[in-house]
This record gives sequence, C-alpha cells and structure tokens, in this order.
Amino acid sequence: METIVTGVLLGGTYALVALGLTLQYGVARIMNLANGETFVAACFIAFWLFASYQLSPLYGLFVIAPAAFVINWTIYVVLLRPLVARAKNPGMLEVDSILATFGLLFLFQGLMLRGFGGAYTSYAYLSDRFEIFGAFYGLNRVVAFAAAVVIALALYVFLFWTRYGTAVRAVAVSPGAANLVGIDVSRAAALTFALGGALTACGGTLLSTFYTFNASMGVVFTMKALIIVIMGGVGDVRGAVVAALILGIAETSVARLVDPGLTLAATYGLFIFVLLVRPQGFFGRRQA
Amino acid sequence: MKGLTSSEIGIAALGAVAVAAAATLPLFNQGYYLTLALNIVLYAALCTAWTLFSGPTHYVSLATAAFFGLGTYAVGLGLDHLPFPVLVLAGGAVAAVLAGLVGAATLRISGVYFVIFTFGLAELVRQVVSYAQIKITSRMGIYVFTDFTEKHIYWMLLALTVAVFVTGWLINRSRFGFAMQIIGNDETVARHSGINTARLKITLFMISGAFIGMAGAILAPRYSYVEPPAAFNPMISFLVVIMALLGGTRRLWGPLVGVIPFSILMDFVSVRFPNDTFIVIGIAFLLIVYLLPDGVTGRLEQLRARLRQPDAAAEPAALKEPA
Repeated sequence: METIVTGVLLGGTYALVALGLTLQYGVARIMNLANGETFVAACFIAFWLFASYQLSPLYGLFVIAPAAFVINWTIYVVLLRPLVARAKNPGMLEVDSILATFGLLFLFQGLMLRGFGGAYTSYAYLSDRFEIFGAFYGLNRVVAFAAAVVIALALYVFLFWTRYGTAVRAVAVSPGAANLVGIDVSRAAALTFALGGALTACGGTLLSTFYTFNASMGVVFTMKALIIVIMGGVGDVRGAVVAALILGIAETSVARLVDPGLTLAATYGLFIFVLLVRPQGFFGRRQA
Repeated sequence: MKGLTSSEIGIAALGAVAVAAAATLPLFNQGYYLTLALNIVLYAALCTAWTLFSGPTHYVSLATAAFFGLGTYAVGLGLDHLPFPVLVLAGGAVAAVLAGLVGAATLRISGVYFVIFTFGLAELVRQVVSYAQIKITSRMGIYVFTDFTEKHIYWMLLALTVAVFVTGWLINRSRFGFAMQIIGNDETVARHSGINTARLKITLFMISGAFIGMAGAILAPRYSYVEPPAAFNPMISFLVVIMALLGGTRRLWGPLVGVIPFSILMDFVSVRFPNDTFIVIGIAFLLIVYLLPDGVTGRLEQLRARLRQPDAAAEPAALKEPA
C-alpha cells in the first residue's frame, strides 16, 4: 500500500513531463529529445528562486512556466519550423527533429554544467510528514502531486472544453484535414510545442521540491517520458496520465522490493511488454 | 557474384596502400600520434559498422555504447579462461544476440520506437551488468591485464576496420544489399515485392552490432580496469552518430570523411576546453542537421553533379536520390 501511494505520488510529476512530450510529439510532430533538459533547467531555476529570493516553488511555477513557454515557442519557430518546411515526408522530419533535438540536448546540458556545475542539488521545502491511510509521506510530495493534478485538469479543460483546444486535438488527428477546415496548423503546432515545454517545466519545478537533481539527469527523464508516451499512445492525454501512474508504481515497487539500481530495467520491462502487446498504446487504435 | 570491374580493383588497391601506410604508423611514433590514430581507427570501425545498418535504413541507432560495453565485458570476464581472439569473437556474438533481441522487439514496428529503445539501451545494460556483478562478485570492476600495448590494439582495430569495409562491400553487391537499398528507398514497395523487411533489418543490425562488440572487446586491454560507467559510456553512441552523419552515410567510406576531422577536433577540445565538450557536440549536431543534412560526401556529390550538368541545379530534388 505504501509502495503504491508513493508510486502514485511520483507518477503525478511524471505525468506532467509526459503530457508535455506527448503534446510536442503528438501535435507538433517533433520528437523532442531535449525535453528532459527543459525539465532539469526548471529544477535548477526553482532551486535558485527558492534559495535566492525565498520564492516558494509553487509561486515559482508562475515565473517558470511562462518562461518555458516563451523559450520553447522560440525554439520551435526559429529552429524546428525550417525542418518541418524542409521535410518531404514524416519519416524525414522524424530523423531531422531527433538529430536537431540531440543537438539542443547537449547544448543545454553543457550550458547547465557550466552554469550550475555537475553536483547533486536539493533543497528543503515543506519537508514535514503527511498521513495517508495510516502511513506517513513527505508533505512536499503530496503538495507536488496535488499541484500536478490541478495543472493536468487545467490542460484537460483547455483541450476538451475550449474551441482552441478542439483545434489542437484536430491537428493531432490529421494536420492535413485540420488545415482544410481553416485551422492555422503551423501556429497551433508552435503554441502546442510551447505549451508542452511549459508543462514539462511545471513537472520539473514540482519534482525539485522532493528530489535530488543534477545537470546531467535530463536524459533519464526524457527516456521515462518517452516510454510513458508510447505506453499511453502518442498524443493521447488520458493514456499518458494512466501510463505515468503505472510507471511510478512499477518503479517504486522495483526500487523497494528488488534493488534501487534497477529502476530503468523496470521501465524497460514495461516498454518491451507494451511494444509486444499493444504498440499503439492503451487507448490507441490499431493503425490501418 | 559479379566479377570485379577495373575501378573496383583500383579502389581496392588504393585502400590496400592506405591501410599498409596506416599500419606502419607505430614504427614512427609511439606517443601522442599513435593515441590519436588509435582513436581515429576505433571510430572508423565503429562508424562504418554503424553505417552498415543505419545508412540504408535511416534508423538512428544509439545502441553503440551497449554493444561496445558488452564486448569489453566479454574480454574482462573471460580473460582468465579463454584465449583473446576467442573472446573477441565472443564479444561480437554477445553483441549480435543483444542486437537480435532489440531488433526483434522494435524493428517490426515503426522506426521511432527503435530510436527510443536504443536511446536508453546502454544505460539499461549498464544497470543490469552492475547489478549482476555486485550480486555475484560483490565488486564493481574487473582488471584486464594483457601483454598488448597500444600498437597491438591499433593493429587489431585496423584489421577490424578492414573487415568491416570488406563485409560492407560484399553486402552491397549481394542480393541482400540490393534488398536493403529498396527498403531504404521505400519500405512499402520492398514488402510488396516479397522482401521480408523485418528479418533483413534484424540481420543487418546484428552484423553491425557484432562488429561494434568486437571493437569493444579489442579495446578492453587499453582500459586495464573495466567498470560499467566507462565501458557503457553513452558518449560513444552519440559521437558515432555525429561522425558518421558528418561524413555522410550514403557511401561505405562516407563516415571515414567525418571520423578523421572530428576525432582531431574532439581531441583538441578535450585538451583545451574539457568542460565544454557537451556544448561542442551540441553545436556539431545542429550544424550537421541544418547545413550538411547529407554529410560532407553527400554535399560533394551534389556539387559534382551540379558541375556536370548545370541545368540540374534547378531541380535539386533529383540530386538527392542516391546515385
């Protein structure tokens, strides 16, 4: 029980990162392998705001998320839109975007190593205990989970209850058809890419309250987010949330019951299982 | 099998002379230049082996470090029991088995799963190896003591590179290579003309992985102390991708054009700006994607085609087809 609750609390943060990635890949069609770097940058900035200005990470979200939105929008418009324009088919865009975001991954990681050093960092925020079902958990984990739920709900409302959200989902289903009904696909893709980056940054900010982070761990989080996205089905918001919770539980169980050094093996086990059984994701339909 | 054309014999002779010249290097210099040349030959073998698979299929494989590390470990674990050449072959075999498993899980579906899977593969294998090693031997690393010096490793890697080139050349002129070319151009067409695309891709990935594993095995004596973070260093995967793409993956010798300048550049950067290697690699990736999407050799071929027939400049799409 304790393991499951811890797993779910961790999964909440994973869900935000995966939602960011699934929007970027599902709607903007960019496989953003530098996603984890956005995430780690958010961790460091949250830490910096907290340590230098005593700004609570929860308020920090209101600074970090808009900043991440603007930065990711700029990245899309300046760097990635030319690739979209150049690509003759989806396969070519996939390869180009993977390679370009590799470049960004290393560039950002290098800059962060310069700026923040390679050491592990953490800070104490709300490190009180909180009781759920008779067991105690860090209050910071619970608060981070609650914030993640609020953000995910806001995203859900945006995507399913607003006009622009419907347009974004239409682009996810078919960019060509969306264009025909008068949706500015290029603009929607840029905004969704930026929104995905902002969500990822929120995930990073929340995770930094209870997790020890360093400048080179972005790749591991990109990996986890990618696996969640595939488990949930590309571009599928509900699937990503469910998959994130499953991954959180699986990782916590393996770390508790087997060995903390094998969490990635747990992730891969799930990944292989999904690839063999349901490569289209939990809620995805088999492609024709 | 077709006979050899005169130009093929010419290229073979040229290659033989180049290899022979490269093989004499340790006789002149045993220090800095040998170390640099060893790196170049290592990456020449790795990048060419990588291109065997990723060139025709366009799948970006990041599994290099996993195969490489397995090869290194095969030598580390077996050195007390088996002769070195057997261990090199065993390293190749273990890597090929892993490549087969990865290929079987991912190459039947779309390419993006493959990239994601190989992205974390080195880290996964590292975790499993560390875990198993600590459980079984309660130590982190293994000592590898041999009589080999740097020049022996250099010669062995040179021989391996030649083997990779010969294999690649044999594949290219076989039915297998022809089928791979069709798969690379249009997989649907390939499937409709009766090619078992998944099986061919998996086989090619295994061949490529085996060579990378052998390279890792040959390099093991250089470390003298093998531990998981060094053997499964993910940087190897990324450097191989950059160098191969910089050179261009259309031709077998394309990667070589990227390996030589980039190895020298990385050597310079790691001495002068050791803290900024990541930034340099990041910029290199971006420059290749935006300025040299077909690599140096691809760009040279484009220029040559344009010089030959100036009208073709108006129709750049036609030039992008592999010649």
